[in-house]
Amino acid sequence: MPRPGFVLEVDRNTPPILFWRGENFSLEKLPAGRSRVIYAPEPLEPLDDIDGSIVNALLHPIDHDPLPELLFPGMKLTIAFDDISLPLPPMTKPDIRQRVIEAVLDMAADAGVDDVHIIAALALHRRMTEAELRHAVGDRVYDAFAPRGFLYQHDAEDPDALEYLGQTPHGEDVEINKRAANSDLLVYVNINLVAMDGGWKSTATGLSSYKSLQHHHNPKTMEHTRSFMDQHKSELHKSNWRMGKVLVDSGVKVFQIETTMNTDTFPKPFGFLSKREWEWNARDRASFVVSSSALKRTPARMARNIFHSIEAPHQMTSVQAGEVEAVHKVTTENVWKQQLVEVQGQTDILTMGIPFICPYNVNSIMNPILVMCMGLGYLFNMYRGKPLVREGGVVIMTHPTPWDFHPVHHPSYIDFFEQVLSETTDPHVMHEKYEKRFAEDEWYKHLYRTSYAYHGVHPFYMWYWGAHGMQHCSRVIIVGGDVKAVRRLGFTPASTMDDAFEIASDVVGRTPTITHIHTPPVLVADVK
Amino acid sequence: MKALQVSRKVARLGLARMASAVSPSAAAKVGPIKLVTMDPPETLGEGWHTVRTRLSGICGSDLSTIEGHASTYFDDLVSFPFTPGHEVVAELADGSRVVIEPVLGHAARGFPLPFPGAAPGDGDDYAHLTLGPLEAGIQTGFCHATGGGWSTFFQAHSSQMHPVPDALSDEAAVMIEPAAGGIHTALMCWPLVANVERPVVAVLGAGTMGLCAIAGLRRYIPNAHIIVGARYPHQQSYARAFGADEAVAPKELARAVRRTVGCHVIGDYLSGGAHVTIDAVGNSGSIESCLQITRPRGTVILMGMPAEVTVDLTGLWHRETRIAGSYTYGTEHMPDGTTARTFDLAIETVGALDMGRLVSAHYSLDDYEDAIAHAAAAGRRGAVKVVFDLRPVSPQPNSPHKEQH
Repeated sequence: MPRPGFVLEVDRNTPPILFWRGENFSLEKLPAGRSRVIYAPEPLEPLDDIDGSIVNALLHPIDHDPLPELLFPGMKLTIAFDDISLPLPPMTKPDIRQRVIEAVLDMAADAGVDDVHIIAALALHRRMTEAELRHAVGDRVYDAFAPRGFLYQHDAEDPDALEYLGQTPHGEDVEINKRAANSDLLVYVNINLVAMDGGWKSTATGLSSYKSLQHHHNPKTMEHTRSFMDQHKSELHKSNWRMGKVLVDSGVKVFQIETTMNTDTFPKPFGFLSKREWEWNARDRASFVVSSSALKRTPARMARNIFHSIEAPHQMTSVQAGEVEAVHKVTTENVWKQQLVEVQGQTDILTMGIPFICPYNVNSIMNPILVMCMGLGYLFNMYRGKPLVREGGVVIMTHPTPWDFHPVHHPSYIDFFEQVLSETTDPHVMHEKYEKRFAEDEWYKHLYRTSYAYHGVHPFYMWYWGAHGMQHCSRVIIVGGDVKAVRRLGFTPASTMDDAFEIASDVVGRTPTITHIHTPPVLVADVK
Repeated sequence: MKALQVSRKVARLGLARMASAVSPSAAAKVGPIKLVTMDPPETLGEGWHTVRTRLSGICGSDLSTIEGHASTYFDDLVSFPFTPGHEVVAELADGSRVVIEPVLGHAARGFPLPFPGAAPGDGDDYAHLTLGPLEAGIQTGFCHATGGGWSTFFQAHSSQMHPVPDALSDEAAVMIEPAAGGIHTALMCWPLVANVERPVVAVLGAGTMGLCAIAGLRRYIPNAHIIVGARYPHQQSYARAFGADEAVAPKELARAVRRTVGCHVIGDYLSGGAHVTIDAVGNSGSIESCLQITRPRGTVILMGMPAEVTVDLTGLWHRETRIAGSYTYGTEHMPDGTTARTFDLAIETVGALDMGRLVSAHYSLDDYEDAIAHAAAAGRRGAVKVVFDLRPVSPQPNSPHKEQH
């Protein structure tokens, strides 16, 4: 029986706590008597019969007719699936998406459906490489569909491939992939890594364009999304749900398949990264010492390659299919079962180790903007109820934050860092002054459509992702980061954790309460 | 009197060239320059005056000469030994101050002017530079007979002298000559962008000359979008103060130009680019960079003296890019159809923009090795213009333009 999440009160006997630092980690001693560490629940048991469970979900959907009853010869069937940003790290083969898509295709074949398109729901993310697509959908599906042009990636900048469906009562434009909109059935295959994923966000975001996305990916919406993980207090989700209604009213028929995963995040050699430090055995301690000291001497590029070659052993804990909102309700409950940890009260200082990966640097570089997004966008938002850190408190991250960008994946990030952040870190100012120019830049559009680049506007979205955190905290400190890069982000650099506490004392006094969110594995704090 | 003198000693030039690669001060120690005591220059005849140096700047072309990097092109255009110093504010016997327009033009050399009212730099035949009674020398500071500003006294022709308004400090006045160079470059741009609503002009390099070009661009082509590649923070700060719309690190310049014009990138080149790019550095790398960020059929203006360079010109050929040199100043054709003397424009500009603030350090001639080392490393040391101070009474140590030594 896996143990639930745990909040450790740090005392004099507590060993140093593991902090991620990008492609490395360190052990940090937290002050006794006023620090606590939040550990994720242990991984839930995966489903015994994953393929059987998938078929069962398709045959017994929630608030929907069974999938086979929706399939008929001559119909247009479109299967859309979540892209490279999920799951993290990428999972060992076979990927969940492959299993689900194969099950859907088997039923389509049985029903005599031969007009099938499979679309990677990229939104404004970078295109996936052939290897990444093969990993997600499997060789059998790839070889059967991709060479004939029936497996492809959503292009949010192809006007001929988009369908405008109308506006929400709030005046939000809804524009999605034309093939998906005009199909007799759109099957969406989701991986719900965190509660933010899924629901109408799958189609209304994943298959949409800048014209649609700008209505909810903006500073105002993000500042009123508290948090991303709590759909009912998220303006982001409310907007997507309104757009979902426009989809339904326009006649788009969606059959949603959502899956949840356990938090079995690291393969055996890295097992100590998921363990609680006082339970480390001699082997774990040795693994830490050997790996951290070796990584210190490893060139950054090589260290990145090592970490990005990790395939996580996480497995499916639930699969549900049917009507979007009904399915998502069950999915969210299943996510909470795995990730929720009850925490009493807020803290003065929230510490977080930024790991090597986030949704936007799979097989790529965690550039400074993504460090900000990972810290203030994701880890800060891993709460339900109230933020872990009190209003006016301090966030301390650990990460090397190199002034380094992947030139193919993140070209507009470089310009954003050089031009926009050198002038302002205010999301509202940059939104007004620069966003449109970046979004409509023909070069960025070209790279997004033909190379492997995130869309020109994407770095703005990453910055907006942290808008609530920036608004909430009075100071953000990065320990061990490149000083110039950290300052360009508008944050304060510190060389050690003790220095960071000293700097934070200006704001929170000399005996602040400290909470460390010990992740990955993923957890969400249910703050009472 | 004391004077710094450059002699034609090939071995020393070679040594200086090698030494300058090691350290900025080494070239001054082993190179062709030395401090001498000599008689003041004799008057050169009618129209010539003996003037006393107050401040004289150290320019990039001076450093090239001292470090042995100057092209052999100049062999027939200068006369050795000579006293450098062409950025000069000096005083006449009556105590009035003048700034020197250093080109030794037709009037100074006793030739008819190419047109009535011509400035020393005007004309399209340079034969006069080597003919006549005066020894060869393109400017004061490169001519044996006239001497130059790096000495107590030198000879200046009346055609070269401009009175300094009382409102201008010596520091401002010594900036008039480089400012005139920058304004001339800026005014070379306007016919190239006359019909463009919002022309993009890129400037690579923000030492003295780059900054002066920026000042000229902003003042005389006010609709230009000026993007500057400046290596050091203080240079970026001055560039913005003088009117640059964007000042970025040189490695960021191509991206900044691309963002502004909204073009693509093809290999190392922008698909489009700036209408005009001003190279205020003048080496192989800078010329190549400028060609890469200039739009097809655009123009690269070489402001920095380049000497010998190696550049792949395939892109220039394919894109029909023009390269133009920008040497000094003279009579300018203004956008409103009038003409003006560049030095008159420079006197106005220097006062309006308080360009005397660019003078970062003063040295005596005795400390010339330190002065040259400072000037050679000006950017790295947070400086812009380093000058020799030959005023009889030195300014107070806490003068805002005075660096302590």
